[in-house]
Amino acid sequence: MSKAIVLYLHVHQPYRVRHYTIFDAGAKHDYFDAPAGDRTNNEDIVKKVAAKSYLPTNKKLLELLQQHPEFKLSLSITGTVLEQLEAWAPEALQSFQALTETGRVEIVAETYHHSLAFFYDREEFEHQVQMHREKIEELFGQTPKVFRNTELAYNNDLAYWADQAGYKGILAEGWDKVLGWRSPNFVYQPTYTENIRLLLKNYKLSDDIAFRFGNQAWSEWPLTADKFTHWLNETGDATNFNLFMDYETFGEHQWHETGIFEFLQHLPWEWLKKDSKDGNSFMTVSEVIDAHEPKDHVDVPQTITWADSERDLSAWLGNSMQTQAITALYELGNAITATGEWDLIEDWRRLQTSDHFYYMCTKYFTDGDVHAYFSPYENPYEAFIVFMNAYHDLKFRLAEKGVPV
Amino acid sequence: MKILMLGWELPPHNSGGLGVACYQLCKSLAKKNIDIEFVLPYSETHDTPFMTVTAAHPQGAHIVLADSGAYDSYKYVYEDGREEWMDIYGQQQVFEHAVGRLAESREYDVVHAHDWLTFRAGLRAKQVRNVPLILHVHSVERDRAGGQDGNPLVREIEETAMLLADRILAVSQLTKDAIMRDYAIPDDKIEVVHNSIDHAVIEDLLALGNDNAYKYLTAMKQQGYHVIANIGRLTVQKGLFNFLQAAKEVVYRAPKTIFLISGSGEQYYELITLSADLGIAKNVIFTGFQRGKNWRDAYQIADLFVMPSVSEPFGITPLEAIGFGTPTLISKQSGVAEILQHTLKVDFWDIHEMANQMTSAIQNDGLRETLLENARGELRTMSWDTAADKVHTVYHQHVAGVTA
Repeated sequence: MSKAIVLYLHVHQPYRVRHYTIFDAGAKHDYFDAPAGDRTNNEDIVKKVAAKSYLPTNKKLLELLQQHPEFKLSLSITGTVLEQLEAWAPEALQSFQALTETGRVEIVAETYHHSLAFFYDREEFEHQVQMHREKIEELFGQTPKVFRNTELAYNNDLAYWADQAGYKGILAEGWDKVLGWRSPNFVYQPTYTENIRLLLKNYKLSDDIAFRFGNQAWSEWPLTADKFTHWLNETGDATNFNLFMDYETFGEHQWHETGIFEFLQHLPWEWLKKDSKDGNSFMTVSEVIDAHEPKDHVDVPQTITWADSERDLSAWLGNSMQTQAITALYELGNAITATGEWDLIEDWRRLQTSDHFYYMCTKYFTDGDVHAYFSPYENPYEAFIVFMNAYHDLKFRLAEKGVPV
Repeated sequence: MKILMLGWELPPHNSGGLGVACYQLCKSLAKKNIDIEFVLPYSETHDTPFMTVTAAHPQGAHIVLADSGAYDSYKYVYEDGREEWMDIYGQQQVFEHAVGRLAESREYDVVHAHDWLTFRAGLRAKQVRNVPLILHVHSVERDRAGGQDGNPLVREIEETAMLLADRILAVSQLTKDAIMRDYAIPDDKIEVVHNSIDHAVIEDLLALGNDNAYKYLTAMKQQGYHVIANIGRLTVQKGLFNFLQAAKEVVYRAPKTIFLISGSGEQYYELITLSADLGIAKNVIFTGFQRGKNWRDAYQIADLFVMPSVSEPFGITPLEAIGFGTPTLISKQSGVAEILQHTLKVDFWDIHEMANQMTSAIQNDGLRETLLENARGELRTMSWDTAADKVHTVYHQHVAGVTA
């Protein structure tokens, strides 16, 4: 049986809110402009991640694309990170463009602002998806055909929407509670849809790379490309291994010292070498959908995501600070969009980025260490305070324009 | 007359009202030619030309540094280079020994000790010099524990010292009643000396002009919003959980109400969480701890100032609010309620009534104006000199034959 690795990497950076106080609200609207050297300075972070992750990884990926004509991958890149790369790390943006110019790197659709708008404001959600499509067309000359929602947040409603919107595929977490006895290593179709296909992340194999790779306490450490491809070759009944992860796995979450780049270097070589089983390949998300008929229908009435042990939205909307903050923000939506003022609308959209709510997460034990690692704030309460102060300033700006608030 | 005054903090190194009260009382006493040596447990410079400030160091230590506030850990640096961190209980024991040594070498007529942290030191000084000991009670352990029993070690110190002291000064009748109830001290041993307010502090801050740092709140008030403020430490005795519960009821009736909570303390994160749990997160603004003009501006931006304390031996914040031009709602369980009549008053536990009065106040300009106008009249009659007169009289009652 021929088998494909479907490698999909997600690239994203939010606009972090600086230490924005109630005294700034009504006086300054520079929520995202932290002073240089501050933990929330977006320019510093993007430059650092570009140097540690984007540039070395893209260099490696480009080499692999040049060395192996069969090597392919898919990427999703948010609008917020693209803007920041344009502003502060143009060479990193060019390195992404160099990948897509090979014709073997597919870009996946999503919301421009990496938001949870689907669950709060459908019109706004569609607007952000369109903004993202236009940005991708402008920078990469391709139109995305497969959709992924922020945090892989997925349910039947989203699949129905994406089907109606004309996407050929959609990505989600291959969570056991959804799959039951089934394997994530096939193409599926969401229930209640006509044409669209569903690709489910193989979280076990994906997390071996994304989370466990550098963990010396892990029984499989050290993980080599040889060992990893051996596991795949030994998996009999499968058509596709969906390896979905954050792009920043390479060089940022797993540091260079762990050997993650060597793993990446050897993965195509080991997977494609002649003496391994016949028919091994790499496919982009669209190719694997074209190559296989769906194995079954998958029903997901409740929302699943790719985060934490719960695989739900609780990392973003699990406490009342998070739900109050996001509800308050979307309540302003109609009034803000009605102004037609781009600066105000854009600031409102940047505040929709899911990371802001993730920073307010108080699930501190098994998952908390991951949350703390990604937060530039001292604690969830500080994240909440700066966010709400920015929210208050949005209200101030509306009032300034004569809009009742 | 020479007084050995034992305190734990003085401005600007104070964490709360105790340091301010000590400072103001001493300033007024000094006008009566009282010679005060004020002994503190830490080394800092203070702007106190009216008295001598001495740091009581443990033997061999040449510097004592407070971590951040006066109630955190202290670092003792010894002459031989050793360094040692000590918690607050250890510090009050070290202070006792240091004050004891100090008292051996100097003459005093009276020892005057402020709150439990200095009480053992006061007893030691009394023993060494054989002079009267006057305790000044700004709060008892039950107050600080929000109505619970509190720390038994602290209660023991309070009880022993109060039994052995020659006289006790209480900052309110409420505090006097608590001392009689909790420690069985007889009525005639306790004198009520209400705190007051330094009008010059208010005047100096008023002189900074009308511009307000809360631009957002200023704009929202023009949109028909009202602001209700609380300023103070975020601790259990301040009753802020009830305040937020009442705030929810107010927001239900008057959605254009913003609650401004300015201060820091161990309940900070709990209160943020509670405001979100109650569904009023966007109506509650937390500013953190503020000083100077930002502190004044919180009072000034408010339509109503609320002090919902569960237990407030005195409570100076409503007087500050009135000084800055804001009418008040205070809990009946506060010392200041004994001397302030033109204010709304509510039992700290009566959330519905608190909500009712807050709602009435923000919806009724005439009520607020009347409250403020009359309260300003009351405030004008208050002075630390009145408190100093009472203390002076007590000194004299205990120092027979010594003239000031």
